[in-house]
This record gives sequence, structure tokens and C-alpha cells, in this order.
Amino acid sequence: MAAIAIEQPRRTRGADTARGAKRVALVIVGLGVFWGLWEAYRWIGERLGLTWPFTVDEITMPHIHEMLSALTKPLQPGGPTLLHYEWHWALFTGKEALIGFLLGGAIGFALAILLAHSRILRRGLLPYIVISQTVPILAVAPMVVLGLGTKGVEPWIAVSVIAAYLTFFPVAMNTLRGLLSPDPRSLELMRSYAASRNDVLWKLRLPASLPFVFSALKISATASVIGAIIGETPASIQDGLGGAIVNFNQYYSTAPTRLWATNIVCAALGLAFFAAVLIAERLVLRRAPEHVA
Amino acid sequence: MNATQPAVSIKGLSKSFKAGVTALTGIDLDVRPREFISLIGPSGCGKSTLLRIIGGLIEPSEGSVEVNGKPAHRARLDHDYGIVFQEAVLYDWRTVSKNIALPLELLKWNRERRAARVRELLELVELEGFEDNHPWQLSGGMQQRVSIARALSFDPALLLMDEPFGALDEMTRERLNLELLRIWDASGSTIVFVTHSIPEAVFLSTRVVVMSARPGRIAGIVEVDLPQPRTGRTREEPRFFELVTQVRELLAAGGAEVT
Repeated sequence: MAAIAIEQPRRTRGADTARGAKRVALVIVGLGVFWGLWEAYRWIGERLGLTWPFTVDEITMPHIHEMLSALTKPLQPGGPTLLHYEWHWALFTGKEALIGFLLGGAIGFALAILLAHSRILRRGLLPYIVISQTVPILAVAPMVVLGLGTKGVEPWIAVSVIAAYLTFFPVAMNTLRGLLSPDPRSLELMRSYAASRNDVLWKLRLPASLPFVFSALKISATASVIGAIIGETPASIQDGLGGAIVNFNQYYSTAPTRLWATNIVCAALGLAFFAAVLIAERLVLRRAPEHVA
Repeated sequence: MNATQPAVSIKGLSKSFKAGVTALTGIDLDVRPREFISLIGPSGCGKSTLLRIIGGLIEPSEGSVEVNGKPAHRARLDHDYGIVFQEAVLYDWRTVSKNIALPLELLKWNRERRAARVRELLELVELEGFEDNHPWQLSGGMQQRVSIARALSFDPALLLMDEPFGALDEMTRERLNLELLRIWDASGSTIVFVTHSIPEAVFLSTRVVVMSARPGRIAGIVEVDLPQPRTGRTREEPRFFELVTQVRELLAAGGAEVT
């Protein structure tokens, strides 16, 4: 243990802004480098006539600026632009993912609290929870959609359930680890105060688990978007990004940029979810900066 | 509680662990109210185990332990003691104030009462101005003072301390020794203090309980008749050295390797 007092440098608003600007600049530089590598590979590939691992041409590697400009062109002659459609698809898929994220997060959290309090449940239930994640989501998704469909549940809600299926696991596992993370001394201290199980949960286990919970939520945020996109496929939902991907896949050889543009929108949606969790983490854990990843 | 009732009363206590290890055997000890008792002995003599049994955190195998006239288990449920460990065991996500107030929250004190008590304690352990700091912003010595304030927060009659200054450097330790005596005097509590430092035990205590190892038992008790209040000068008195020697000889007779 350090025998000297360490004064934390006071963070000023100016320093925060400077750091934020630096980060944004780094992201832009990163994107620029990626763009450069993509175009360089295509340029070299075309010159050398590369056929391995794939033939480099207009179809396999469209120019990135063409992907982006595809967004600004109308989908049908005289109709709205592709971006207009993408926006609505993203809102639709985002809604499915958000419900799935909240549902899965709540289930995962509740499950972790339950498991943290019973060794028997941990022994008995954990294997099945792990097995649930080894089953391919593509095999589970149609069953969920069909099964819930027979109960009259709307297809988009079934998609949320699929997103929740991918979301609950990391939350349950990490939260459980966090709830069990307090060291024996911290627990003994609580025992010396004759603290109730509830007190130990609220004053010790839950606060100690928060950094773990947030790292799980960051994984789950993107997983829920993926779950929603994949879930739309067996549900034959046409209103979201998953449906759009299936569609554009069929016309890939004639209009590859539309699929790529949709991929970019999917990535942007996942990033938006991730960023939301990151901001929430900053707000909740700001008092313990060493815990913020 | 009447005045003659011991703060801690241990009768015929022994403790064996499942693996067949006998940690403690034949322990009899009465601690009078307002006493400062040190338990000293080689590592493995079960002094920390004894402290935990007094705290009702471990059950003895045989014998009885009473705190304020109640079984140790009952005394724990009644919040009759505060405990300080070798590590400060502060909760990282809580400020100094909130760490001190933790037991008070568990005791359902209201906010105003907690705040008033925390102010008193910050003054007692001389940490005014640090109330909004987090544990990782404090030195080891300051962390331990927070831990002592927390243990005293609900004004328990008994304070159990398990090598609280063992991880600190010598100078910090000597300063905190003096502070602890001041706190002991101000709070009017009884202290049972586990240490492996002979001078520390003699300097602080009214009685030093010397233990021997394997199995842990009481090798002897040294009455410390140094005048109160103890000061920095106490460590320079001839009587201090005589008592240190006495404890050292008891430890050696009990089979401890004393250097």
C-alpha cells in the first residue's frame, strides 16, 4: 500500500474538451487510414490481377465513395433516396434491438443476482445457460419467431426476444462475476456489522459489480443489434436492416454498393448503441475513474 | 451492564479446524472495561483466530466467550464491537465520509444524524478536509484512520483490532500509536489489539497477553505499569525496556524464535 498521499489532478472543463477533441481526431485518422488501405488494396489488386483470396474488382470491392454516394441516390427512379429508406430501417431494427437489449439486460441481471445467492443454483443452472449460447442463433431464431407467432405475438417482438437471447448471457456472466468479486475481508466487515443479505447486496455486491456490468453491457449493446438483424431473416420482416440485407444480397451482382451501404448503416447503429452505454457508464461510474475502461 | 462485569470473558476456549489443526487450546481470559489488551505471539499462534472468535465471526470448538455479558454471537448481532483489520478494507466507490457512515446506514440512522456523527469522527481521527476524497487518494496511514473512525462510528464499547498498523512504515506506526491512545482515552472504549510488535504492545497496552504457538495458548500475561498518559517519552523510559524484555522472554519461553 502506498504510504504517500496521491493528489488527483483536478480535471478542468478545458482539459476534458481537449481530450475529447483528441479522441475525435484519432477516430477520423483511423477511418482515413482504413479508407486508404481499402483503396490501395483494390488499386494493387486490379493492377496485379489478384485472384486469391478473391478476385478484386468493382463487384467484390466497390469504391468507398461509391458506397456512400449510393446512399444519396434514389432507390427507385423518382423515389426517395436510399438513405431515406436506411434511416427508417435503422429506426425499426433499432427499436427491436433496444427492446431486446433492455429485456436481455434485465433478465441477465436478475439471473446473476439469483445465482450469486445460491451455490446449488450456480451448479445446476450454469451449464444450461452456457449451452443456450452454444446453439447457433440461426437455428433458434426461426423457432422463436414461429413459436411466438402461434401465440399471436407480433413478429418484431419475436425479433426482440432473439436479440435478448444474445444479450442476457454476457450480462448474466459478468454481473455474477462482479457480485462475487468482493474479497473475504469486505464480506467479513459486513458480517461484523451483522448486515442482512439485502444490505450486503445493496451496499457491497452491487456497487462492486457495476464495472463488470458495464463491460457486459458494452458487449451486449452490439450483440443486440446483431441479434435483431439476424432475427429479421427467418421472420421475413421487410421493414428493417435485416430484411434489406436479404434483398440487396439478391441483387448484389448488379448493385453491390447498396449492400455495402447497408452494412455501413448497420455498423453505425451498433456504434450508436455502444456509445450510449459508454456515456451511461461515464455518468454512473465517474466517481471511480480507475474503473472506467 | 454493571461496572464489575468484564468487557470480554473467555473460559476454557479451544478451537480446532476441520483439517485436524488445533489453533487454540485452554484459553482463559477476562478483559476489564476500559482496558487496552494486546495479544502478541508468533505467527500461527492463533491470535487473529482468537480475535475473530471474540467478534463472533468464528465459532469456538469448546468453551465460551462472552462480550458485555452476552454470548459473542449475540454481541455481534447487537453491534457491541467495532473491528479494524490489517488492511483498511474501505469501499472504493465510497468517499471517506460515506465509508465512515457505512455502519450507521446499516443501523438506519437518518441523514442528519449520520452527517453530524461523521463530522465528529473526522475531527477525532484528524481527517477534516478529506471527507470527499476516495480511499485510493489517501496514504496507507490515512486509510487506516478512516477504518478506525468507521469502527468507532456507532460508539461500540469494544474495539477489536487485528494488526491494524502492521502494513505501515515505522514512523507512521508510531504516530498512529499515539493517536490511537488519544482516541482510546476520548472514546472510553475497551480495546483488544493483535500485534506482532513487542514495543508496540508494551507501549499501547494496560496488559500484554503473550501467546505461544502450536497449539496456541496463553504463555503469560504482563501487567504494563507505565504511567498514563503515554507519550513519545514513554518509549525512552528504563521501565519500558524492562517490560519489553519481560515480554520477549515470555515469547522465547513459549517457543517463539525471538531475534
